Amino acid sequence: MMEALQKFATHYNYFVTIFLMVAGLYIVIARGNMIKKLVGLSLFQTSVYLLYLSPGKIVGGTAPIYDGAYQVYANPLPHVLMLTAIVVGVATIALGLALAVRINEAYGTVEEDEIFSKDGEI
Amino acid sequence: MIDLQPHLPILQVVIPLLGSLLTAFIRRGTLSWLVTLIVTWTLPFIAVALFLQVQAAGAPIYYKLGNWEAPFGIVYKVDVLSAFMLCLVSGAAAVIMPFARKSVASEIDSHQQSWYYTMYLLCLAGLLGIIITNDAFNAFVFLEVSSLSTYVLIALGRHRRALVASYQYLIMGTIGATLYIIGVGLLYLLTGSLNFDDIAARLTSDLVWPLEPLLAALAFIFVGLSLKLALFPLHVWLPNAYAYAPSFATVFLAGTATKVAIYLLVRVMFEVFGVALTFDRLPVAEILIVLSVAAMFIASFSAVFEDNAKRMLAYSSVAQIGYITLGIGLFNQAGLTGAFAHVANHAVMKTALFLALGAAFYRIGSVRFSDLEGIGRRMPLTMGALVIAGIGLMGTPGTAGFISKWYLAMGALEAGSWLLVFLIVASSLISVIYVGKLVEVMWLRAPSPAAAEAKEAPLSMLVPLLLLAAATIYLGFDTRLTVDIGNQIATLLLGGLK
Repeated sequence: MMEALQKFATHYNYFVTIFLMVAGLYIVIARGNMIKKLVGLSLFQTSVYLLYLSPGKIVGGTAPIYDGAYQVYANPLPHVLMLTAIVVGVATIALGLALAVRINEAYGTVEEDEIFSKDGEI
Repeated sequence: MIDLQPHLPILQVVIPLLGSLLTAFIRRGTLSWLVTLIVTWTLPFIAVALFLQVQAAGAPIYYKLGNWEAPFGIVYKVDVLSAFMLCLVSGAAAVIMPFARKSVASEIDSHQQSWYYTMYLLCLAGLLGIIITNDAFNAFVFLEVSSLSTYVLIALGRHRRALVASYQYLIMGTIGATLYIIGVGLLYLLTGSLNFDDIAARLTSDLVWPLEPLLAALAFIFVGLSLKLALFPLHVWLPNAYAYAPSFATVFLAGTATKVAIYLLVRVMFEVFGVALTFDRLPVAEILIVLSVAAMFIASFSAVFEDNAKRMLAYSSVAQIGYITLGIGLFNQAGLTGAFAHVANHAVMKTALFLALGAAFYRIGSVRFSDLEGIGRRMPLTMGALVIAGIGLMGTPGTAGFISKWYLAMGALEAGSWLLVFLIVASSLISVIYVGKLVEVMWLRAPSPAAAEAKEAPLSMLVPLLLLAAATIYLGFDTRLTVDIGNQIATLLLGGLK
């Protein structure tokens, strides 16, 4: 019991990561509303940021600035990678929302089952 | 004048990127088309030059971006496999350009045409980037560049269903890409590197790696990329996306997009994780073979019962991807040779088929069977080319399709499975049914009202189509371009086994 708790406490970020990942994926699958699906998708993508950033941080480390006075610093690479991933995520969500707007104009709804009932199962 | 020779790898990505910037500033569709034409016709020359360079050197070419040394900076790597894929994708993109002008002009609003070419070039840059990069994260970024532009290319279809198809593809595609990046993240956590070669070197070093996270990484990447390459049953986005996209987008994507995802998967499975880890520790081969066979049959049956010709060919694409992944799942010399020969052959044949349907759509504005009836008599050259490509797709001797299926069957024999040989032949018979249905509708029936008024397709559409139909026959006799290179690729991929 103590061991499990300890594991949870030391790997706290990873548990949060997995929770976000699974929750996001669940929303994408379970919801028929196109906007809600995108929210889930965004959550799913966000969990990846945490997955990358967690190991980059070192307890007691400083910002990665080259200076003789500091020996322990955070790994800058995951941060840079996630900056890129955030940009990709923003672009994806923006495009997804734009599509939802166009779908709403064309069908008058963003509920998947209503769309399918209008056009037949596609 | 700077010497461009050592910079060829980066030009392969930079030229379409710059081209997309240029077309974004142009308002007139025709001018944009001209810029795109120049850009796409430059790329195959570079790709072929790179291919010859690799063949001459007998070793991969590395290009360090910004001259940063290998695991710190991003490195581009051109070996036989990536040079082959570069030639294929840039070649496909160049061949279909003459078709684009009239097709895009008739299907896309005039103020959007320029943007359409911008998206096309961005997609091309992304696909070429995935092929050439040796960096796992860079590959993700290119994957998303190509995917995001693909969603736009699809969404601009005439029917409102195109919007829904694009949205569904966006959801599935993003889940796929995110699963891929999770896998890469786990690999990075373990090895501390993103360079494919460097990860492979670290994994094969004497250090003992914990097995579970490694296998989890492989599983994430495998499922993520399977979504992208439309491996059965993760293919549900593909038929609608291909069916409702504008003709030009379908023509381009059918030949290139899924093939590039297959390439990336092969790269990760064989070169990063290595044959031993991939196939011994996880039942990847078994999963691939079972799903491939399911794709070959179930998707082919779905194709038989379609009444929209474009959707029928889209289902056929899922089935044909099954043949390619079957060859990969066999992971022996003949199987991999067949898989990569089929990557090229299928790209040629499917592009030709969709080009013919695109030309029909240009003339009669529909690709439903009821409207296509008897169109062969009105557009004999177009539909004649379609028949040739269709015969190739069935795997008839004397065409490209036969060569790749022959090697796949050899691979199945090498793996000691007569059952698989039988299944390959049996599934080809189903393709006889749906191609036969297409031919019967187009040639043997009396023309429908729509088809009766159709004329032969314009020359700009006929030339690429006839070229690809001729290639279907040519590649059935001269196998140097497909099988010999496929053989080299198989040797390269299986190198780790020896």
